[in-house]
Amino acid sequence: MNGPLHLWLIPLLPFLGFLVNGLFGRGLPKRVVTAIALLAPLAAFGVVIHCAVDAFGIGTPAVALPYTQTYGQWLNLGALHVDFSFVLDELSLVMLLVVTGVGFLIHIYSVGYMKEDGGYARYFSYLNLFLFFMTTLVLAGNALLMFVGWEGVGLASYLLIGFWFQKKTAADAGKKAFVVNRIGDFGFLIGMFLLLANFGTLTFSEIALKLAQNPAWTGGVLTVTALCMLLGATGKSAQLPLYIWLPDAMEGPTPVSALIHAATMVTAGVYMIARTHVLFDHSLFALSVVAIIGAATALFAATIALVQTDIKRVLAYSTISQLGYMFLGCGVAAYSAAIFHLMTHAFFKALLFLAAGSVIHGLGGEQDLRKMGGLRKKMPVTFWTMTMGVIAIAGIPPWAGFFSKDAILYSAFQQGSLGKVLYFVGLVTAALTAFYMFRLWYLTFTGESRSHDAHPHESSWSMLGPLVILAALSICGGWIGIDRFGRFLSSVTGPTIDPATAPGGKSLDLVLSGVAVAVALIGWFVAHLFYSKRTERPAELAAAVPAGYKLLANKYYVDEFYGATVVKPLLAFSTYVLGWVVDKAILGGAAWLLGGIATFSGALLQRWQSGNIRSYAAWLAAGAAAVLLFLVVPWPTVWPASIDFVWKVMGH
Amino acid sequence: MSSFLSQEVPLSWYLMLSAILFSLGVLGFLIKRNLITVFMSIELMLNGVNLSFVTFAHQWHQVRGQIFVFFVMMVAAAEAAVGLAIIIAVFRARATLAVDRIDLMKL
Repeated sequence: MNGPLHLWLIPLLPFLGFLVNGLFGRGLPKRVVTAIALLAPLAAFGVVIHCAVDAFGIGTPAVALPYTQTYGQWLNLGALHVDFSFVLDELSLVMLLVVTGVGFLIHIYSVGYMKEDGGYARYFSYLNLFLFFMTTLVLAGNALLMFVGWEGVGLASYLLIGFWFQKKTAADAGKKAFVVNRIGDFGFLIGMFLLLANFGTLTFSEIALKLAQNPAWTGGVLTVTALCMLLGATGKSAQLPLYIWLPDAMEGPTPVSALIHAATMVTAGVYMIARTHVLFDHSLFALSVVAIIGAATALFAATIALVQTDIKRVLAYSTISQLGYMFLGCGVAAYSAAIFHLMTHAFFKALLFLAAGSVIHGLGGEQDLRKMGGLRKKMPVTFWTMTMGVIAIAGIPPWAGFFSKDAILYSAFQQGSLGKVLYFVGLVTAALTAFYMFRLWYLTFTGESRSHDAHPHESSWSMLGPLVILAALSICGGWIGIDRFGRFLSSVTGPTIDPATAPGGKSLDLVLSGVAVAVALIGWFVAHLFYSKRTERPAELAAAVPAGYKLLANKYYVDEFYGATVVKPLLAFSTYVLGWVVDKAILGGAAWLLGGIATFSGALLQRWQSGNIRSYAAWLAAGAAAVLLFLVVPWPTVWPASIDFVWKVMGH
Repeated sequence: MSSFLSQEVPLSWYLMLSAILFSLGVLGFLIKRNLITVFMSIELMLNGVNLSFVTFAHQWHQVRGQIFVFFVMMVAAAEAAVGLAIIIAVFRARATLAVDRIDLMKL
């Protein structure tokens, strides 16, 4: 190919894994399936590392970023040019490292987790397919190619949520995820049309260039475009108002929840906003909407997570909440902080999900927090690694989550009065996060065992190995610091606020960090009071405010609200208007009418077909005579006269 | 009288005779039931057409029309050979030549 790097290998290797395991997996021995499934992401990770070394290696870098590779023309229609092009820059490099790295760890974990499952090869082929589309999404140099990956990861997500499709809830959850995502995709599509109409191109770099040439161009159509892209992002990244599919997506296998619905795919929306951030930079309104949606989602999902009893659902709402932080970061134009949080979140949330999967595995499929407890001694490795994850997400230094969350909150605080409001929302969410994560931790690992019959056992090392690695990353993943990370990304996402020169100076940064840590510790302390010291307290509190508890336990009745306002009317419209009126009456009637005409005229003309040769001959002769008459007689003069004659004969 | 005889027969007379012969052929084809009569009617139509060919060939001093007549005669002879053979075969098999009865091909 053209250049020293082979970017095309990164998506292609998982795709080969998908093909081999998908086509022949059932006939191959399990060991071969495992080898192929693990080699594909490992090799892709190796290529990514090679790219990183080439770009930032010792000595003179072999390539300069952004590094574009074009593999051919895709569309060439008039003014529309779309290429198959991949772009490697700092942003896509970070994403690729997370996707293939964390992806590989989760593949290893899956080997242990899915060992007993009948669809072993199918599972891994889907997982590899997901990596193929996700890397395509990340590497895409234009919006259309990104959309291919975007739809592809949606497909992989659908397939994996409904992996146990014999279970109706799982099949339904898959459909729900797919349908809700379609709404977001609609926004993405409209956004692309608007880009095409206003920029004449879908290539990210060209759009950025055109906007850089016209710094005065703000608002208006750019706002609309940005909001359409945002709608796409809210669908994929499970933000208000389209977050409803993610909690249900927990029906899939737990490693899938970790890989797709926590670490990588759901962050595609954040990545997309960071990738098209120039658009948002030119529209303050759209940016504000992003920030408000992010902060609102963060708080909203965190409150729901407080009372959930399913261990995976707590983590699902926590994911939605953390994605809200990332959106908040994007909305205050701190894209590098958002990507920073994306990265650390990928580490600790994958860890939390995998540890939860280990717990579920050890308890023989039990997901209810109320039936856990006392697992600390039984599953020591799971306990310690999950503790690292809990502390990381709670935002206590020096664990990774603290640095990225603090960076987002600090950036929000610097953005005017709206930013300060959103900062406080984020702060409250941080307290709630610490509370519900430690609640989960206490309920799972401490106290007496509340499970009935299960004999909890520690998982195998193929599952614990990834946990240990991710735990290490959850501890040190943030040590790079937002300053260095922001500088690293600055050529893509623009400069970050430097606390030294920003209003408030370094001291403000320190104060805000202190406040964030204090808030997290308060959350922990409250959880400790409720779930460790006096375990009857939560029930008392729930009994004290029954209405509030019911509202949270039923997730604000959002599913019911959507059911009543969107699903039911749509269903009724489809059944009655489209089904009865349009389909049965209009289309069916038209078909019936056409068929009737044909049948009727056929029955009439059938009489001609008597089978009597002489009648055919007679018609032939009559026809020949008619033609002759027509040719011979000068009809324009004769015919009117003869008609006139007949008229007169008939007595007029 | 002699002047009348010495005059050439006008073109239209030939054509009219041709048309009459052809129409008789059509009529016979349509109303006759005996297969042999129907067959003869077809011959009559062919010969009606032949007459007009010859007439025009004479009128325009062109030989093509006459060549066509030979073609038609040849086809008619072949037709007679095949047709009569079929008629004999039909008669042997069905013991009738009434076209209305020979309707095995009818649905």
